[in-house]
Amino acid sequence: MDVLDIARWQFGITTVYHFLMVPLTIGLGILVAVVHTQWVRTGKPEYLRMTRFWGRVYLVNFVLGVATGLVQEFQFGLAWSEYSRFVGDVFGSLLAMEALLAFFLESTFLGLWIFGWGRIPKKLHLATLWAAVIGSIVSAYFIIAANSWMQHPVGVTVGDDGRPQQVDFLAVLTNNTALAAFSHAVVAALVVAGALLVGIGLYQLRRRKLADRPTTDVDHAVWRRSVRLGGFVSLAAFVLVAVTGDWQGKLMYQQQPLKMSSAEALCETEAPAPFSVFAWAKLGSNECDDVHSYTVPGLLSFLAHGDFSTAVPGVNELQEEYSEVYGATYPDDPSFGDRAGETIDYTPVLAVTYWSFRLMIGMGGVSAGVAAYALWSTRRGRVPTSRIGVYGSLLAVGAPFVANATGWIFTEMGRQPFVVHPNPDVPVGEQVYFFTAQAVSPGVTAAEVWTSLISLGLLYGALAVVELFLLVRLVRTGVTTGDTTPTPPAVGSSHRDDGSDDDPRPGDDRADDDVLSFAY
Amino acid sequence: MDLQTLWFAAVAVLWTGFLLLEGFDFGVAALLPVLGRRTADRHLMLRTIGPVWDGNEVWLITATGAVFAAFPGWYATWLPALYLPFVLVLLGLIVRAVAFEWRHGSHDPRWDATWTRVITGGSLVAAAGVGAALGATTLGLPIDADGVRVGGAFAGLGRASLLGAAAVVGFSLVHGALFLALKTDGPLRLRARAFALRWSPVAALPLLAWAGLVQLRSGTAVTAVLWLVAALAVVVTWTRVRRDREGQAFAGWATVLLASTATLFGAAFPVVVPSTIDPAFDVTIAQASVSDYTLTVMTWVAAVGLPVVLAYQAWTYWVFRRRLTAEPTHDDTRVAA
Repeated sequence: MDVLDIARWQFGITTVYHFLMVPLTIGLGILVAVVHTQWVRTGKPEYLRMTRFWGRVYLVNFVLGVATGLVQEFQFGLAWSEYSRFVGDVFGSLLAMEALLAFFLESTFLGLWIFGWGRIPKKLHLATLWAAVIGSIVSAYFIIAANSWMQHPVGVTVGDDGRPQQVDFLAVLTNNTALAAFSHAVVAALVVAGALLVGIGLYQLRRRKLADRPTTDVDHAVWRRSVRLGGFVSLAAFVLVAVTGDWQGKLMYQQQPLKMSSAEALCETEAPAPFSVFAWAKLGSNECDDVHSYTVPGLLSFLAHGDFSTAVPGVNELQEEYSEVYGATYPDDPSFGDRAGETIDYTPVLAVTYWSFRLMIGMGGVSAGVAAYALWSTRRGRVPTSRIGVYGSLLAVGAPFVANATGWIFTEMGRQPFVVHPNPDVPVGEQVYFFTAQAVSPGVTAAEVWTSLISLGLLYGALAVVELFLLVRLVRTGVTTGDTTPTPPAVGSSHRDDGSDDDPRPGDDRADDDVLSFAY
Repeated sequence: MDLQTLWFAAVAVLWTGFLLLEGFDFGVAALLPVLGRRTADRHLMLRTIGPVWDGNEVWLITATGAVFAAFPGWYATWLPALYLPFVLVLLGLIVRAVAFEWRHGSHDPRWDATWTRVITGGSLVAAAGVGAALGATTLGLPIDADGVRVGGAFAGLGRASLLGAAAVVGFSLVHGALFLALKTDGPLRLRARAFALRWSPVAALPLLAWAGLVQLRSGTAVTAVLWLVAALAVVVTWTRVRRDREGQAFAGWATVLLASTATLFGAAFPVVVPSTIDPAFDVTIAQASVSDYTLTVMTWVAAVGLPVVLAYQAWTYWVFRRRLTAEPTHDDTRVAA
C-alpha cells in the first residue's frame, strides 16, 4: 500500500471509531438532561437515580469520544496537508469555530456538572448539564457543515490560485446538505441512546423479576421508566430518521447521482427505476454489469423523485459522463504522485456502497422493532421474562451503532474518487473539486503513516476493551446507594490508602464507588 | 493593524493561554510520583485539576484550529513536517484523558495506581511533544520551497525541538507545583512550595534560552525588553516563593510564560515556519493566510465567542476556588462531589 492507501485506512478507522462514541454522547446527553430536568421539577427519587446511573454511563463514553476526537483535529494536517491547503479558506474556520463555540462549552460545563453536585444551586447545576449537551449538538452542527461542504461545496468561487475562496459564509452554514445531514445525525443519535436505555432497562427488569424483587420500589421505577423513555424516544426518532433520510437521499440524487446509483447497483438508466433488495456480484469485480439483484419495481424512482415513473441515471452512463467532464485519467501532474496519468474510476466500490446503505436502513429498522417490542412487552406494568426478547434487546443495542457507522461509510466512500465533490448547480468551468489522490501530504513517508496507524489502532483496540469492561461493570452494578442522594456521602471512604480496601465494608463500597465515578 | 497580523496575535494568545492553563495540569500530573507520597496525596492532587483539565485542553484544540483556520499554509507545513512528534502528543493526550475518568472503574488499588501512572506519563509525553513542535516552528524546519519537509521522518527533530520540549516541561513542573501550593493545604502545600523554590531558577532556563535564541535571530527592541521582563519575573517568582507568597509567586511564574511567549511570537513575526534550508523558503503569514473575507468572518465570531468562553471558564475557577486538603472536612466533601 502506498501513503495514500494507508492514510485513507487511518482516516476511516479513526473516524468510524470516533463516531461510535459521538452518537451515544449526543443522544444520551439529551436523555440524561431530560431525566435530570424531571428530577429537578418533580423531586421523584427514581429520576435522581436515573440521572446518576445513566450519567455515569454517559461520562465513561464521553471521555473516550473527547480523546479520540483530538486525533480528528490534527490528522487533516498530518496526513492530508494538500487537502488542508486546498480547502483552507472554508474548512479550517469551521473547525476553529467548533472548538471555540462548542468544545469549550461542552468540556467546561461538563466539569461543572460532574463536580457540581451539592455545590452549586440545584437549578444552576441542571443548567450546566444542558449547556454541555448544547455544546455537543453545536459541535455536531459545525463538523457536519464542514463535511457537507466537501459533499456539496457552496458559498465559494475559484480563486486566482485555483483554490476555493469563500464569498458567502452564511451559504456554507445553511448548505441544504448540512441541514439534512445534521438533522439526520441528531435523530439517529437519539435512536442509539434509546436502544441503550431499552436494552439495559429490560435486562435489569428481568433480572429483578427472576430474583423476586418487589415491583413497587424505586429501583423498579428506575428501570421501567428507562425502558419506556428509551422505547418512545427510539421509535419517534426512527420515524424522524426516515423522514430526514428521505430528504437527504433526494438531495443526493441531485448532488451526487453516482453515489446513489451505486447504492442500488443500478447499471443502466431506467424509468421507472427499481429498488434493489438483495444483490450478488462476481468476487473482486467493480464492474456494475457483474452485479445481479432482486428488485422492487418503481420504488427507486419514488425514493429519488417522489413518483413511480421518473428515470434514475445508471452507473455506466454516469461513469461516462464524469469521464467526459472531469477527465478519463488523472492529470500528468506530480501532485498526483504514482497515480498521475492513471485511469479514474468514478464508480465507488459497489459492494461497500450497496451493502453499507442496506445495513444502515436494516439496522435502523431493527432498532425500531426492538423499541416497539419493549413498549409492547412492558405495557401496563408488565415485565417481560423471555430470554430471547430481553437478551435480543440487549444485543440489539449494537444495531443503531452499526447503522450510524455504515451511514457514514456510505456517505464518505460513495463520494470517491473525490474528496471535495463538484457541485452540479455550478457551471462546470467554475466548479470547485479535488481528488482524494492529490490530497495526501507529499513529504510524509509510508513508514510514518504506518507507525501512527498501528499505534493508534492498537491503542484504540485496548481502549475499546477497557470501555466495554467498564460499561458492563456499570450495567451489572446498576443503581448504587450513592445514587439516592444528590450530595454524595463523605469522601473519607475514598481514601483507599495502602490497599486496605480490598475487602471493603459492604455499605461503604457502593457509596465509595459512586463518589469516585462522579469525582476525582 | 491588518487582519493577518491580528490573527497572528490571536494564535499567539491561544497558544499562550493553552500553556498557561494546561501547563499547570500537565505539571500537577507530572509531579504525582514526586510530591504525592501517599495515595491520599495523589488523589488530592488530582482533585485540584479534576474539574478543569478538560476545559484547559480545549485551548490546544482551539489554538490548532485557529492555525488551520487563519493560516492553512502554516498548518499544512508544520504538522506533516513533525508527523511523529504530533502523533506522540495525540497518544499522550488520549491515554491521559481516559485515565482521568476511568481510574474510578475498579476498587483494586492497583487499577487506580496504574491509571495514575498513565496520567503522569501521558502528560509528560504531551507536554514534551507540544514543546518540541513549538520549538521547531520558531527555530526552523528543513522545508523546501513548497513547504515540504526534506530528509525523512526525523529531519524535523533537531536541537530546537529538544529545547522547546525541555522548556515546556520545565515550565509546567514549576507551574504545577505553584498551583498545588495555591490550591491545597497541609503537608502537600509545603512540599509543593519547597519544590518550586528549589527548581524554579533551573526550570526557567530552557524557556529563557529558547526565547533568547529567537530574539537573537530576529528580535526587535520591544521583544528584547520582553525577554528581560521574563528573566526578571523568574527572580521575582523565586523571592515570592521564599517569602511564602503563593499567589504572587504564581502570578510571577505566569509572567515568565507570558513575557517569553510574547518574545517568541513577537520576534518570529511575520515568519511562521522558518526554513533551515534557505531563508527564502520561510513561510510567512502573508503566504500562509486565508482570504480577508474569511478572516473578517472569524474576527466577528471570535470577538463575540472568546469573551463568553473566558467568562465561563473564569466562573469555573471561582466555583472551585476553595483550597483542598487530604483530610476531608464537611465542606471539602462538597468540593469533591
